[in-house]
Amino acid sequence: MLELQNISFFIEEDGRKKEIIKDVSFRVDEKFVVITGPNGGGKSTIAKLIMGIEKPSSGKIFFKGKDITGLSVTERANIGMSFAFQQPVKFKGIKVFDLISLAVGKGSPISVEEACAYLLEVGLCAKEYLDREVDDSLSGGELKRIEIAMMMARGTELSILDEPEAGIDLWSFQNLIKVFERMHDVGKGSILIISHQERILNVADKIIVIENGKVSKDGTKEKILPGLLSELDSCEHFAI
Amino acid sequence: MDKGKHENYSKEDIYKNLLVQVADLHERPQGAYNLRADGEGVDRETTANINIITKKDNPGIDIIIKPNTKNESVHIPVVISKSGMEDLVYNDFYIGENADVTIIAGCAIHNSGAENSGHDGIHRFFLEKNSKVEYIEKHYGEGSGGGKRILNPTTIIELKEGSYMKMDSFQIQGVDATKRDTKAVLGAGATLIITEKIMTDGEQYAETNFEVELNGEDSATHLVSRSVAKGNSKQVFLSRVNGNNKCNGHTECDAIIMDNGIVTAIPEVTSNHIDASLIHEAVIGKIAGEQLVKLMTLGLSEKEAEVQIINGFMK
Repeated sequence: MLELQNISFFIEEDGRKKEIIKDVSFRVDEKFVVITGPNGGGKSTIAKLIMGIEKPSSGKIFFKGKDITGLSVTERANIGMSFAFQQPVKFKGIKVFDLISLAVGKGSPISVEEACAYLLEVGLCAKEYLDREVDDSLSGGELKRIEIAMMMARGTELSILDEPEAGIDLWSFQNLIKVFERMHDVGKGSILIISHQERILNVADKIIVIENGKVSKDGTKEKILPGLLSELDSCEHFAI
Repeated sequence: MDKGKHENYSKEDIYKNLLVQVADLHERPQGAYNLRADGEGVDRETTANINIITKKDNPGIDIIIKPNTKNESVHIPVVISKSGMEDLVYNDFYIGENADVTIIAGCAIHNSGAENSGHDGIHRFFLEKNSKVEYIEKHYGEGSGGGKRILNPTTIIELKEGSYMKMDSFQIQGVDATKRDTKAVLGAGATLIITEKIMTDGEQYAETNFEVELNGEDSATHLVSRSVAKGNSKQVFLSRVNGNNKCNGHTECDAIIMDNGIVTAIPEVTSNHIDASLIHEAVIGKIAGEQLVKLMTLGLSEKEAEVQIINGFMK
């Protein structure tokens, strides 16, 4: 479904070229793929490169066999990709219902019941939330769940989630895992998640480890996860 | 109706459209009502509790609301369809003790001629003890002529002990120049909340001056301006709050600039009392890039995302 071919990404820092992503190649064909690795390793940058929020300095990205390297964020969204931000974006005056409606799609107004159904999926008591503004009045956990509800409302073939567990409490996290398990069982497309969490790694069909901007490991959960867990003592990032 | 589309319409049709724009009125409203059209009072309705009297010394009306009047409303729209019309009106509102009413005012100008048209509304509110007013004011301009549409509202507010006033002011489109002065004096336990929303475009200019004196103990005010400046338009927002007793004051200017739009925010808060607690905030900037990107990940183009963000912000 998705293939990255020799992707590199440079930024200019203090007049010097800094390489953030170094010749990264991998495929996503499985239902549930988790990208993990230490902080600052380049995971979020890879997610943004896939969605088109950042443009690679070199290399190509293919989606369903088509070269999408030159496509904009909007074009990628419209051919079947969605993206849940690590830090959900806040809006002044835009309500939860508005965002869910936009996520479902242009030109197809949705009913309150339909919008509620998506919020219930992520454990939010729906009607209370539809009229709330997507701003500071919502907690981090609520914003995160709304972000995921939007992704479910889009129902695209590829869903990319950047650290869905970041900034949410343990209770919300337990529920989130259930949402992912359900998506894994009934969803039709592929889910690509950036995560540090063992519970999420456990749901994965495939795990890709990114360190220092490179792929250091790539394989099935059975092959990769035991090695990661044995590094637990030395690497706090994988702890729950 | 679009700009210039209805140059052949009758005066009544133009009035009707202006009333829909400025007061959402499709027909004569329930409750007390006074319609002023092209400088003259043309229709009026009073109720047992709300009287409307034409002023003798100046153009305008006195609106007198009896004590304990509850759940009643007053509509006082003003429409102008003549080019070159300079309308000046004084409206005074006397709100009796414990009354709780909604007042809907607004001015719409249709100017298809070459001369400037304007309306200067001077509104004074006198709220007696423990009374409550929700005041909604909309400003709107349309017409294809070269004449400017100018609105300069002045609002003077006196809040006695325990009274409460919430003022929502909207200027969404078509007003070329506006200077909006609002002055308020608050007694003990009185509260004043003002929210204004202004959108300017082209060569338009909008100026807002708030001056609030928090004189009474435990008086409070919250002044919020949300605005969008597009094209080459300019906006100035001045907000002056003086805390003269134990009180709470909050003033906030939140503006989005686009194209060559310019917004100046001048908050001025003065604590003249040790227990006065005053806050001012001003945020001016273009639309946040991450907001655009988020909506683009939902499949919207950059332009569509911009429209959604502005519509939400001004809603």
